[in-house]
Amino acid sequence: MLKRLNGEDDMTGAEVAIRDADFPVPFVSGLEYNAPARGPWNIVHTGMLIPESHHVFACAQGCLRGVVLTAAEMLAMDRMSWISVDKSDLFDGSLERNIVDGTAEIIRKLPKKPRAVLLFISCVHLFAGCDFEVMLDELRAMFPDIDFIDCYMNPTMRKSGLTPDQLMRRQLYAPFAPCPADPKTVNLIGNDRPTDASSELVQLIGNAGRELRDITQCRTYDEYMRMAKSQLEITYLPTAKASGDALEKRLGRKHLYLPLSYDFDEIERNLGILADALGVPAPDWTGAKRKAVRALEQAKAVIGDTPVEIDYTATPRPVGLAALLAEHGFRVTRVYTDAMIEEERPAFERLRALAPELLLTATVHAKMRFAGKGVHERGDVLAVGQKAAYFSGTKHFVNIVSGGGMYGFDGVVRLAERMADAAMHEQDTETVIQYKGLGCRSCL
Amino acid sequence: MKQTARIISIHAADTSGVCSMLYELGGMVVVHDASGCNSTYSTHDEPRWYRQDSMIYISALTETDAILGNDEKLIADIAAAAKDLSPNFIAVCGAPVPLLAGTDFPAIAAEIEARTGIPAFGLHTSGMHSYLAGASEALEAVVSHFCTEALPRTDAPSANIIGATPLDFSVNGAVESVIGWLKKSGFELVSCMAMGSTLDDIRCASAAHVNLVVSSCGIAAAELLRKRFGTPWIAGVPVGEKFSARLASALKTAAASGGCALPCAERDASAPGRKLAIPGEAVFSGSLAAAIEVDLGTPCRVLCPLEAEDRLLAPGDLRIFDEDAASAAFAEASGVIADPMYAPVCPPDVPFFRLPHEAFSGRCYRKESLNLIDHPLPWRF
Repeated sequence: MLKRLNGEDDMTGAEVAIRDADFPVPFVSGLEYNAPARGPWNIVHTGMLIPESHHVFACAQGCLRGVVLTAAEMLAMDRMSWISVDKSDLFDGSLERNIVDGTAEIIRKLPKKPRAVLLFISCVHLFAGCDFEVMLDELRAMFPDIDFIDCYMNPTMRKSGLTPDQLMRRQLYAPFAPCPADPKTVNLIGNDRPTDASSELVQLIGNAGRELRDITQCRTYDEYMRMAKSQLEITYLPTAKASGDALEKRLGRKHLYLPLSYDFDEIERNLGILADALGVPAPDWTGAKRKAVRALEQAKAVIGDTPVEIDYTATPRPVGLAALLAEHGFRVTRVYTDAMIEEERPAFERLRALAPELLLTATVHAKMRFAGKGVHERGDVLAVGQKAAYFSGTKHFVNIVSGGGMYGFDGVVRLAERMADAAMHEQDTETVIQYKGLGCRSCL
Repeated sequence: MKQTARIISIHAADTSGVCSMLYELGGMVVVHDASGCNSTYSTHDEPRWYRQDSMIYISALTETDAILGNDEKLIADIAAAAKDLSPNFIAVCGAPVPLLAGTDFPAIAAEIEARTGIPAFGLHTSGMHSYLAGASEALEAVVSHFCTEALPRTDAPSANIIGATPLDFSVNGAVESVIGWLKKSGFELVSCMAMGSTLDDIRCASAAHVNLVVSSCGIAAAELLRKRFGTPWIAGVPVGEKFSARLASALKTAAASGGCALPCAERDASAPGRKLAIPGEAVFSGSLAAAIEVDLGTPCRVLCPLEAEDRLLAPGDLRIFDEDAASAAFAEASGVIADPMYAPVCPPDVPFFRLPHEAFSGRCYRKESLNLIDHPLPWRF
């Protein structure tokens, strides 16, 4: 086993007390490490949400390997095909031809024709100036009864606009064309798991007499396409916002971005906006707030002074969650995040005042290779998120990604309950966090 | 159709081969790419990732840096990390975008070495070749840099194992079994390249009397050792009972005569008739084919979907470069021994025997992986 040569405590550059941290990027970028926490979804998991669809990835062998085995692990190889890019393809003008011919051949060989084909191109195609539209036009002419969706696996461009994850969530709804709206239906857009039915968001929509549609609950392509008719688009994950914006622009529907929050005022504000849009009076949330506070108090009674560590894969607002917990007496000691979203600024300032010694810790910094599995032993820890579990070495953790479907005051209640449960029960961290795409089927 | 697959998997890429081969040697490996390579490698191609530390990193290349040719960021980031972590060496290699941008990795490595004083080498990966190409070049570079001194041969017969990675051998005790078999056959182990040995062990490689190449990714390094120190090599994996004995005999002959041999390819699959088809890496699959023929009397044919020199294949073996070719070859076979991810293209009337290969199916079937080294074969045909 390799040992850190400059001393175990030298985490300079990889962690910083929040009082000294820059916002939104507290760390200098450099070489990156990849922690073995595999729960967050990738573009394959997300794309597979479209029922009766087939995926064709066109990219280099190294890139194909990851997406093909993602599909294999989720027992979905019957929905995954590929076209590899060879060096010569880059220079002999055959890139587009190979993709069109390869995709057509794959479709002809499928035992059942898919309703939609998600065709992914990669960084090299974009660098080489591939004309994706021409390819898609040709395929659409060949297979007029199939919806072709242009998709992108282009991590090199992740800082040049939308990230691949944001792009994928946007393209997830690309087949939706303008059509008359159904005023009785509302879409929840861009999520990779259902939102708890007990959340105020779902309850409010149901109580307003609207039907909630969500791709995570569509079983057929027809069901999925019916989402195009919904009158209102709601997103609450930052990575889904671009999806809602695109639908608003293309379909002329109203889009509400009601960000997942742990700030009671913001939660109430969001629910108020939703009530307005639904044309119903905003309920009095006093009881819901009281319930959330009580749940936090009960969790605190179980967790006591055990240090709490949170990572950014558990929720897009790890700093906001840390602030809420710190405000309710929890001993939050560390937040793992390489950068913060602008939405986190108010919580960052609150937390800086409340817990100035709290550490912000990078997850990809080169030194983090040697910080995993509790190497920096610091007693028992309650972790929220898989990376926090890995780096702290704890067996007590809340196993969620992207907010875990918990939203609103009810989301706070549920999360507090999950934290208390995690404090009382151990998990096999090494096994659990290595399953890819939390919530998906797995062959492992 | 060439380069197209409806349902089968794809082999690990050259960048993973580099990382896998260098994993245990205390060096820093940097893949110049956006992010995907590192995640793919550490998830699917590297069973040691969770429990065994290493210094495998990604450069986190961005579009802007690629277009503007900002190699200085890569060099500075590597130098900064190397200062913190003091690796034994630094290897830097690239994925498709650096290939398009014409990134000069040997030049970058030279600059890194000048700044850090740490041996550095650049490799020519592109993410468009198999793991064998990357592993081969990486190991050859290590041997070239660190096996420079002609040490006296050990008193007792000895050998290096060359070309071992989890991509071909998993982490199921197979490599330890090869080492045990070597000892049983009268050879001390000098080093195993590159599982279970340190860089210092590998520095002593010239002390061995003979080299055992266990994967085609070891051929280039073995050839370099032959040219540099006159060490003969033989290619084969001790699978089954009689073939293992044949391989031990070949090792002794090579150590005594100085001549190289390829027992894995000393077969003839050109006779007419249906044969057992074995797709996979040439040295292992050839060894398995030979073992089945001598232990069980069943004729075999290797199907090679990966890079391999012609001399590693026997007459009648077949190169298969796509799913259609695999399917057609399976249809002509008496049976197929292959990774389970080939099963969907095997005709239902052809018996299929599962033999997981980590370089093809990653961790999907790791629980089923078989250690066939120096053991009776588990099948009856």
